[in-house]
Amino acid sequence: MTFFKAENVSIEFGGIKAVNNVSFDVEEGSIYTIVGPNGAGKTTIFNIISRIYNLTRGKITFEDKDITHLPTHQVVQLGIARTFQNIELFEHATVLHNLLIGRHIHCKSGILSDLLFLPSVKRMELEHRRRVEDVIDFLDLQHYRDQLIQNLPYGVRKIVELGRALCTDPKLLLLDEPASGLNVDETEDMAFWIDDIKKLLGITVIMVEHNMALVSQVSDKVLAINYGEKLAEGTAREVQEDHEVIKAYLGEEDVG
Amino acid sequence: MRIIFKTSYLQDIKLLKHSGYIFWYGLLLAAVLIAPAALDEFYIGEMAFIFVYAIAGLGLMIPVGFTGLPSLGHAAFMAVGAYANAYFLNQGFPFLVSVPLAAIISAAVGGMIAIPLKRMTGIYFAIATLAFAIIVEEIIVHWKSVTGGNGGMAVDYPVIFGKEMDETWQFYFICLAFLLIVLYLTLNLIRSPTGRAFIAIRDSEISAESMGINLSIYKIKSFAVSGLFTGLAGALFAHRLAFLAPDAFNFLLSVQLLMMVVIGGLGTVHGAIFGAIFVGLLPQTIAIAKDFLPPAIGEFPGLEPGLFGVILVLFIIFEPMGLYGRWLKFKLFLEMFPLYRKATFKRQKSYLKTERVQ
Repeated sequence: MTFFKAENVSIEFGGIKAVNNVSFDVEEGSIYTIVGPNGAGKTTIFNIISRIYNLTRGKITFEDKDITHLPTHQVVQLGIARTFQNIELFEHATVLHNLLIGRHIHCKSGILSDLLFLPSVKRMELEHRRRVEDVIDFLDLQHYRDQLIQNLPYGVRKIVELGRALCTDPKLLLLDEPASGLNVDETEDMAFWIDDIKKLLGITVIMVEHNMALVSQVSDKVLAINYGEKLAEGTAREVQEDHEVIKAYLGEEDVG
Repeated sequence: MRIIFKTSYLQDIKLLKHSGYIFWYGLLLAAVLIAPAALDEFYIGEMAFIFVYAIAGLGLMIPVGFTGLPSLGHAAFMAVGAYANAYFLNQGFPFLVSVPLAAIISAAVGGMIAIPLKRMTGIYFAIATLAFAIIVEEIIVHWKSVTGGNGGMAVDYPVIFGKEMDETWQFYFICLAFLLIVLYLTLNLIRSPTGRAFIAIRDSEISAESMGINLSIYKIKSFAVSGLFTGLAGALFAHRLAFLAPDAFNFLLSVQLLMMVVIGGLGTVHGAIFGAIFVGLLPQTIAIAKDFLPPAIGEFPGLEPGLFGVILVLFIIFEPMGLYGRWLKFKLFLEMFPLYRKATFKRQKSYLKTERVQ
């Protein structure tokens, strides 16, 4: 069984081929990183996986289930959670509230029992709260629990978003530039957490990241793309030394 | 200042979070319970009216304040509730059956109307609800066998267990009881998963969807609950009006309802109540002020809606958090005195949020 498989994934916006015939497999329990210059189509691949965009061609399978045509809100129910590059938290709610929304797919109450707040709803809420507290402890968010997102600094928001994705109990986590906008210390913390997510929680991670130090520290496998096309795939070192990749980032030496 | 020691997760779920809540809300409840004995009948009538407004305000707060769906057509739900109630009463249903039945019909209408609207947002959503309200008004005019058309329809005093409730104070307590029920249900909704999903949709649709929230279903739920409460308010409103005519539920009423939630404070339960008090007292204040104004201004046609508009605009510019926000600031001022910092609530520009889909 392949854990996650993207086959010949292509997407076109009008005449622009944002992603063209990209295929890759991700093994269970590994960290897979996608790198590439700006506009290469990395985030587009994420949006394809989390079903915000519709594929033009190709197929995506997760645990042998075809998820190519699933509605957006059902993807997370299969166990695929994501974060966003520019942070999409619920600004006017507290950290706790945001994390509880991460538990939404596990909330099984109907609107009538919610209106009456039946004892079963209360019991469930306490259970979700316990699960959320686990994530708060894991990410050291205790101080921020009751603060509104709009009052938090950027670095903390980034972590809250990671926490919210973890609250869904995912099997596969999509991290869109987890370290962008973070300082050196915060980036180091993030590297530890990503490693812990893999080793302690056993969650597979697909990540888009520019910080090559972080990438080579945590990734098991790296995919480099440019202009929506696959350039190279392999370990971080192999990819960094790949001729095509160097050409895409730095340009070619002028021989003439 | 009060320091709360949190020792149990239940403390974040409880409605009455500490003894201060019990004392102040208990005092308030006692005050409204003894009000009929202490106040003039006219004021009791006005307060009952404010209660009805507050129920409608809570109904509108759910889509506008919590789910982020601006509605310009909520008078239509009041109309559905009012006419359904009047119709059932004429068919011989008892009051305690016909009112909930009317509210449920209004909820069904709310759910159905949300189905075509679920993909719209912002101003387009508002315009679509406005169109819905106009359609409902037309249906009322033309469906003569049920609504009496332009000729209207009389509504009797409510009858509970064979007793006619024709005294003002009796109606006052009926409205108060329904308001307390609706308040309890709203507070429950907000602390439950459904309410959280509503707030998630308000703050970021794309993120809510990625968290597994089915946008269409929750928008429909939001409008159904809203229809339930607003329809209930409409059913009570019918008894207050005593005679139903289509023009009682016009665009101006929708705007008044919207004004209520905006002035009260969007996204708060207190806001709906504050807004109801404000909107309920405003016509009275204007009427009193008219006596002191020179006739050229006092007798000016359209003074009331004009003033409504001016007040709404001023609130949006100077106090977007509404009366409740103003109250929170005042409370903090008292708590911090004399150390209150003027800049505590200064509006900050945020550079983080982007509009684009990424």
